Amino acid sequence: MLRSSRETEPGTGLVESVSTEDRERYPGPSSTPAGTTAPEGGPTPARAPRRPPVWVWAVPPVALLALVFLYPLALVVLESLAAPDGGLTTAHYTGVLASESFRSALGTTVFVAVTATLGCLVLGFLLALVVAFVPFPGSGATARFIDTYLSFPSFLITIALLFLYGTVGVANGMWTEVTGDETGPIGFLATPWGVVLAEITYFTPFVMRPLLAAFAQLDTAQIEVASSLGARPLRIVRTVILPEALPALAAGGALVLVLCLNEFAIVLFTGAKDVVTLPMLVYGSAILQADYTTACVVATVNAALSVCLYLAYRAATARLRTSSGGRRARA
Amino acid sequence: MLVHSRSARWAVWALFAVIVLPLFLLPLGVIVTASVSTNWSGVLPSGPTPDNFTDLARGTTLDSLRVSVVTAVTASVSALVLGTWSALTAHALRHRGRAVVDALFMLPVAVPTVVLGLALLVAFSSPPLLLNGTQAIVFVAHTVLVTAFAHQSVSAALDRLDPIYAQVAASLGARPARVLFQVRLPLLLPSLSAAAGLCFALSMGELSATMMLYPPNWMPLPVQIYASTDRGALFSGAAAAIVLMATTLLVLLVLSRVRTRAAHR
Repeated sequence: MLRSSRETEPGTGLVESVSTEDRERYPGPSSTPAGTTAPEGGPTPARAPRRPPVWVWAVPPVALLALVFLYPLALVVLESLAAPDGGLTTAHYTGVLASESFRSALGTTVFVAVTATLGCLVLGFLLALVVAFVPFPGSGATARFIDTYLSFPSFLITIALLFLYGTVGVANGMWTEVTGDETGPIGFLATPWGVVLAEITYFTPFVMRPLLAAFAQLDTAQIEVASSLGARPLRIVRTVILPEALPALAAGGALVLVLCLNEFAIVLFTGAKDVVTLPMLVYGSAILQADYTTACVVATVNAALSVCLYLAYRAATARLRTSSGGRRARA
Repeated sequence: MLVHSRSARWAVWALFAVIVLPLFLLPLGVIVTASVSTNWSGVLPSGPTPDNFTDLARGTTLDSLRVSVVTAVTASVSALVLGTWSALTAHALRHRGRAVVDALFMLPVAVPTVVLGLALLVAFSSPPLLLNGTQAIVFVAHTVLVTAFAHQSVSAALDRLDPIYAQVAASLGARPARVLFQVRLPLLLPSLSAAAGLCFALSMGELSATMMLYPPNWMPLPVQIYASTDRGALFSGAAAAIVLMATTLLVLLVLSRVRTRAAHR
């Protein structure tokens, strides 16, 4: 709200400058309302009907996108179906889908993505609740700080985790110093849990952002009334805040799920040989083994999975937008 | 205020600190500390030293930083032009056409970036469009990735923009091109600068697609950082990461100053 009102201020000046310029150019009709007379004064009416339809303007950007994005993607799908004799075959799919490496990668990817998404939802909801409803001096700054994480590459988190919990990291170093053992007990970075922890840290802001926006629209009088009627905070959260937050939670959760399914840098930096997700399998097949057919099959499966989820996310946010628009109209 | 009792409020804040400190503050602090250390396997790191950064200045990191900045600027500018154009047309189209254009331009967010890298490799490795092995393929990959975000930011800004200004200008006889360049784009300037910052930051940190297709003579900084940490040079990796973050923040700061000035004009 604050931003839109600030954006409108320079606009008024601009329109005034346009209108005064036009009035100087067409001095005659300036005494009558400009909207009805200006076209008569200028040469525009004769040219106006020959303007091309709007969709023509959509052709150049869409064509460019088709060339550098849709066409390459189509080639990947084609390559995954190409038979040696030039026809189409699903033999690659049956081969790859049955392979142990693909199945374990799919399992790891889904486990990591679902666990990390649940973690982000719980943490994001808790943090957004505190920032919105139990604020303290500096809580807004903390929320902005968490938000700046999005400006940094995701693998920073993994580097930090390597320092903290890696085999020669701080935690294990403290353990060996205290107990005198050869190695420390903390090895979860080599398991999927290390990836889960890094993804929770990196993707929680994606849940907090829509939640804070939804909380800002929540009528605080509802909370005051519920509270004055004797409702405990937990009950208010459950019966007043949570229903309002559900669309935002659904939208944020779906987006985080897609991003987790696609995350590559975090997994790459952990350097754990056992943690292979679908994007890692694509990279390994294509770059390390130069097996482009397998890479294309895995890539098609991975992309199909993510795009389906993403469409669900779009549907959720579309509903979110209409519901919040409706509320604004009522208010 | 949701929690009225004083002790309960402190309990909530304590919980908040217990979550935020280890999960969000600690990683950043660790990287900053490690970038000025050479050894850290006990409680405290070795004393502060600028060695990591002086080593970086002698190595290929500055080249990689230049590569990253050139790539990010190229990708951001192309993405802003393409994304603004597509958002403006999508906004002018009716329901169905608008949904199609929006979905098309947001699709790169959904497709895994590794898959995008693979797709570009498959498509542009043979003539007539032989981009593989040149820096152009990195530019193309980054542009496709960040265009989605430019399109989204500008679309959102267009939704908030009051159409009355463009309508008034048009009713006063200003032609569409003039309305666009003298009324709508200046009004969009704050959002455009925000979108530019987002695109730049994303492109600076992009690793997934880049790992698939960077040519040996065009190695962006994230790839260099991966090369460091992969061979065990974690401390110089941390220093390079600090260089990456500082550059990104600097550009974001400059862009936000441009934004404030544009908003106050």
